[in-house]
Amino acid sequence: MRILIEGGRVIDPANNVDDVLDVLIEDGRIAALGPGGAARGTPPPDRVLDAHGKVVCPGFVDLHVHLREPGREDMETIATGTRAAARGGFTSVCAMPNTNPVNDNQSVTEFVLDRAKREGAVNVYPVGAITKGQKGEELAEIGELVGAGCVAVSDDGKPVMNAEIMRRALEYAGMFGIPVIQHAEDLNMTGKGSMHEGLVSTELGIRGIPAASEAIIVARDILLAELTRSHYHVAHVSTEESIRLIREAKAKGLHVTCEVTPHHFAITDEAVKSFSTNTKMSPPLRSTRHVEAVKAALKDGTIDAIATDHAPHTIQEKEVEFDSAPNGIIGLETAFALGMTVLVEGEVLTLNQLIARFSSEPARIFNLPKGMLSVGADADVTIVDLTREWVVDARTFASKSRNTPFDGWKLRGEVLATIVGGKVVWELEG
Amino acid sequence: MGVGWKRKDLLGIQDLTVDEITLILDTAVSMKEIASRDIKKVPTLRGKTVINLFYEPSTRTRTSFEIAGKWMSADVINISTSSSSVSKGESLKDTGLTLQAMHPDVVVIRHSAVGAPHLLAGILQRTSVINAGDGAHEHPTQALLDLFTIREGRGTLSGLKAAIVGDILHSRVARSNIFAMQKMGMQVRVSGPATMLPRYLDRLGVEVFGRIEPAIADADIIMMLRVQLERQAAGLFPTLREYSKLFGLNLDRLKSARRDVLIMHPGPINRGVEIAPEVADGPYSLILNQVENGLAIRMALLYLLAGGQAANNN
Repeated sequence: MRILIEGGRVIDPANNVDDVLDVLIEDGRIAALGPGGAARGTPPPDRVLDAHGKVVCPGFVDLHVHLREPGREDMETIATGTRAAARGGFTSVCAMPNTNPVNDNQSVTEFVLDRAKREGAVNVYPVGAITKGQKGEELAEIGELVGAGCVAVSDDGKPVMNAEIMRRALEYAGMFGIPVIQHAEDLNMTGKGSMHEGLVSTELGIRGIPAASEAIIVARDILLAELTRSHYHVAHVSTEESIRLIREAKAKGLHVTCEVTPHHFAITDEAVKSFSTNTKMSPPLRSTRHVEAVKAALKDGTIDAIATDHAPHTIQEKEVEFDSAPNGIIGLETAFALGMTVLVEGEVLTLNQLIARFSSEPARIFNLPKGMLSVGADADVTIVDLTREWVVDARTFASKSRNTPFDGWKLRGEVLATIVGGKVVWELEG
Repeated sequence: MGVGWKRKDLLGIQDLTVDEITLILDTAVSMKEIASRDIKKVPTLRGKTVINLFYEPSTRTRTSFEIAGKWMSADVINISTSSSSVSKGESLKDTGLTLQAMHPDVVVIRHSAVGAPHLLAGILQRTSVINAGDGAHEHPTQALLDLFTIREGRGTLSGLKAAIVGDILHSRVARSNIFAMQKMGMQVRVSGPATMLPRYLDRLGVEVFGRIEPAIADADIIMMLRVQLERQAAGLFPTLREYSKLFGLNLDRLKSARRDVLIMHPGPINRGVEIAPEVADGPYSLILNQVENGLAIRMALLYLLAGGQAANNN
């Protein structure tokens, strides 16, 4: 199948490309790129996508997604979650292991990969658990997990609280060159907290979680990364303090990376005043000081990637009192547009930098052969329209879940088409 | 709705305007008179149904609402969740929908979760919801009766200095009073162990004192809060003995207060812990006045939210 994407502004940060070019896709790979018809080749393409006035970039890579299958197919399945990914312009997602059963062994990894192959719309890279059952007590068979296809390990949802276990995990995972992803929070400090500890929590009387809870674990783990020389990755970083520590660690040459969610650069803890449970997640929405630090870190590269932490929940689970609600919101279908509207229109990042944080950078730090439009690379391509504004309507989401705080938001940047392995897996009607 | 009142619900003090608060206090003045009658009955809420939905235990608030409703001829139902389907796991949403189907006019809810009354108010489209305490967030009727008591004692509210002492962090009474007092032009100070003072109170314009003595020095009102044993278990203070020594209001400390100081406490009191018995029972104490005024305030609210006729129709 030959597809020609014609006349679009091709932005490919990995290859330093920002030019109006045609892109030819053949047999699932990028066959050629060139201006004004040069890439067309013969025979004529089976399909031509008119991308004039649009932006063509590498398919986005989301390092942090909860697909909920196996175990909570009522919230999301690999099929629906990957369709949501495609709708958001993502062509690769890393699937977190806090499923039921937990992905701490080969059979669950193989199940996820098999399901993804048969029903998934985009590439799925499983993340295995650090410890058995994610209990934080004994290392999982990380070698077996890597052999089965896991690209990283994490006990996400929870931190590894025991420093000795975290040290051994970093050491052991270091043998395979994979990152250990930490959900950084001190559970004792978090206690029964439901939101960020700040002025808003003082006013609302909701138990707060101090920024120090996250930063303390990041500080500890950076010392362990220094000791073990392994790759340490901070999931969903949200505080100024953590960012400061990561910046110092990188300056020292330690192999430390991190990601941030769109909600942590788009909204603050003020949103909790509505008591909407779609403002409850872990880590919680922070105050302005932290949001500003996140933006500055995205700009200076301290934060490597934007990752959604897409966390589906059923309506009835979220339709309860704030304190009782489970943590998490979905994010795949609004991520890029939030980046465009808040970061690019907000003059924090250039368009090229935004696209890098969504594609080349996440792929690079996790060693995934993705996020680039080089000749010969997998044809994972996203076409976006930056001229139009659109209104978020959660009812139209491909995700099974609806737990988003952005319903009704007017955003700029609409995904027109998503191509995975040379196949159009999503396109906007009309 | 009673004349001048526009809201369906009373969920918190933070949303109320000065005019609305004044309306409630003024309405309560005429309600208070009913308590001194021989026949404590007015027909104002005849045919109206008031449901008390208490997810947390309560003596004064619940009894207060019950009596207030009955004096005004309403049909009052009390649901205590330990003996309801809530103990079978029924959600707040389903409880709300079930009650709605029985057409109540007012639901008074006390719940341990912040925002529960707001959730219920959204579900009960045709019923007025009164917040009788949601977690550590607000207890608006308490703050209203406290304002009423202060106004009664001093004749005015603006310019007065109030000191609230105790576990501010976990106190909905403290929060509602901070909002209410500031709205009415009072100066608020707080004091308590550092582990029990929420951060950023100064950003709300509240003066924070690490010791009780400077907080109460020239205060017009001293409001003591109950200290709960489970806070000790949570490591927030070492012993009741030490708490009492550092922050208890005893006769000695009272000596340095103003001659005309008003002592208040939302109750229930821990005699000998945060307040000495002699102080609680002494001449400066308005603790029982608070209880009496609670009735008047709650009658006023039921009238404003569910009554349509003048209170003095009998």
